[in-house]
Amino acid sequence: MLKKRLQATMMAAIAAAIAAAPLPSVHALEVSDSGYYDALKGQNVSLNVYNWGEYISDGSEGSADVNAEFEALTGIKVNYSTFATNEELYAKLQSGAVSYDIIIPSDYMIARMIREGLVQKLDLSQIPAVSNINPTYMNAAFDPTGEYSVPYTWGTVGIIYNTAKVTEPVDSWDILWNENYKGDILMFSNPRDALMIAEKKLGYSMNTTDESEIRAAFEELKKQKPLVQGYVMDEIFDKMGSGEAAVAPYYAGDAITMIEDNPDLAFISPKEGTNTFIDSICIPSDATNVQAAHMYINFLCEPEVAAANIEAIGYSTPNSAAFLLLDEETRNSPISYPEQEIMDKAETFLVLPDEVNTLVDQLWTSLLSTSAAADEKSQNGSGVVPIVIVLAVAVGASLWVMVSRKKKIKAMEIPEDDDRDQDEEYEDDDEDEQK
Amino acid sequence: MRKAVAAPYLVWMAVFIVVPLGLIVLFAFTDSSGAFTLEHISQVGKYAGVIWRSILLAAISTVICLVLAYPLAFIISRKPENKQRTFLMLVMLPMWMNFLLRTYAWMTLLENTGLINRLLGLFGLGPFQMINTQGAVVLGMVYNYIPYMILPLYSVMVKIEPHIIEAAQDLGADSLNVLWKVLIPLSKTGIVTGITMVFVPAASTFIISKMLGGGTNLMVGDLIEMQFLGNAYNPNLGSAISLLLMVLILVCMFVMKSIDTEEEMEGMLL
Repeated sequence: MLKKRLQATMMAAIAAAIAAAPLPSVHALEVSDSGYYDALKGQNVSLNVYNWGEYISDGSEGSADVNAEFEALTGIKVNYSTFATNEELYAKLQSGAVSYDIIIPSDYMIARMIREGLVQKLDLSQIPAVSNINPTYMNAAFDPTGEYSVPYTWGTVGIIYNTAKVTEPVDSWDILWNENYKGDILMFSNPRDALMIAEKKLGYSMNTTDESEIRAAFEELKKQKPLVQGYVMDEIFDKMGSGEAAVAPYYAGDAITMIEDNPDLAFISPKEGTNTFIDSICIPSDATNVQAAHMYINFLCEPEVAAANIEAIGYSTPNSAAFLLLDEETRNSPISYPEQEIMDKAETFLVLPDEVNTLVDQLWTSLLSTSAAADEKSQNGSGVVPIVIVLAVAVGASLWVMVSRKKKIKAMEIPEDDDRDQDEEYEDDDEDEQK
Repeated sequence: MRKAVAAPYLVWMAVFIVVPLGLIVLFAFTDSSGAFTLEHISQVGKYAGVIWRSILLAAISTVICLVLAYPLAFIISRKPENKQRTFLMLVMLPMWMNFLLRTYAWMTLLENTGLINRLLGLFGLGPFQMINTQGAVVLGMVYNYIPYMILPLYSVMVKIEPHIIEAAQDLGADSLNVLWKVLIPLSKTGIVTGITMVFVPAASTFIISKMLGGGTNLMVGDLIEMQFLGNAYNPNLGSAISLLLMVLILVCMFVMKSIDTEEEMEGMLL
């Protein structure tokens, strides 16, 4: 429904653009107060936006091009670039090499950035459209005062499985530990998400900082390892779509895309509870165009813009006004908008203390890199092994050089050797002649 | 005058090679607050298994590349010149495609429901477990790096005059002797370059093991990536691992170099 209307308006916009190119008043997406967006017109302002890959309506397949619309509306030039993981975004910001005006990290990363002063407080009076956001999603645990971030999308993690292969009812994370599907199970290749599943299975909080609980969860992952086909992220699309794997954990919004491609697939939210993630818009503390950034956030909160983005992304919207613009099927989808019962048991990731993060990374590396038997050995290993390897190779190398030099010297000193070789060669020749 | 010509490259080297290398060393020996520490270097020991596996897999791939590329390079170098160009094109052709894309294609080939297993299935064979094994990682590395072995070998071999081989045959050497006493000594520089050019990137590769090894055959490249883009964000440990890997590779190249200089000395003696 909406898509069609968008298309129609887009067509109208294109037609108008062809008829009379400089006609900025024609927009595909309606905004509540277009006067608001005129403030920086003609001042050659540019805005650096850093977002997830494929996380905005970009004009493909007849959708609205949000960035182009924003540029036309405000005269601000948008430099749009994308990242693949929260950690990549964090590393970029930490390095200080680039300055962004808008970033869209997830919950736990926002908490970390607030803690480290990487994002600045928003001036909500400059973002009137924030009133469209459902208050449930404002003031979440990662940003309790709601001063640093404006929710963009949210979603849950659940289990996607192939109904042709998995015959028993699926309602729990236990299915990922089920021997019957040995070699058909996929797992997250991201330590935090993988750990969350094991922790939820054991009934712990996914934000636990208790070392024994974390170790117990990793024991659980170690038990699971022989059953796992591979630790993957985006490859899940391919492997679930083609039937290469039978069951995998993944994000609800992406599960909808997968089910569209392969109707055998189904998605459930496990009874033990799961992770609700919220991706929110923030302004880094070293942003250069703060006013334009507020304007951009406001634009993304406009109901039509938010609805167009959600249609393109497939995740769930925290924007109540945009929600009403979605088609009925999406609004009633239990995958995108699960029942309250599931949401009550869901948790949001919080930032872990540094030493816990280090522990998680270490346990994760040893989980991935060693077979179950060799595990203990490598954990007890100290700095000796690589140094021994280096020394051994170095000694070997210098020995080689010394020996080969000695050979050379010998060869030069004793010319008889060469004579003998020549004699042999002459003999060979004689034999040939005889033949 | 000569110095002036070299200046742009010297500046390039200083800014993009020497300074980053210095930063890696600096990071490897400091903690997050910038104080000197050996902690990260000694922590690398925990990952000895990963480093060892990377070197082993890289060495296996290098040997396979050499065995496959050597006869091929020789055959190409003996062809008439216009055919040589065609063959070289064929060697280079896959490299025109993106590295990631080629590896992705191997994924769909090797999967249990992939093309190869489906084809074998028609004859009632399999399915064979090919993806997510170390073998698949080696295959991916051999496939991706073999042009780097063929090209240096070819460029050395094309300079070997056919008369030299004919002379050796005239003097009674059988094919094995021609190979051992004439071809290999004359192509030694190519072999050394080829081994270096395959081994070094293979030892530090990171995406192949992720895509073809199912994430369980972690290699040192993956490990370094995890330190920078992973959960804990520990660039100091990442630098320490990188530094150690660099030392290891340097040592390997040193061994190779010593074989190379030996060759030159032999040349001088003759």
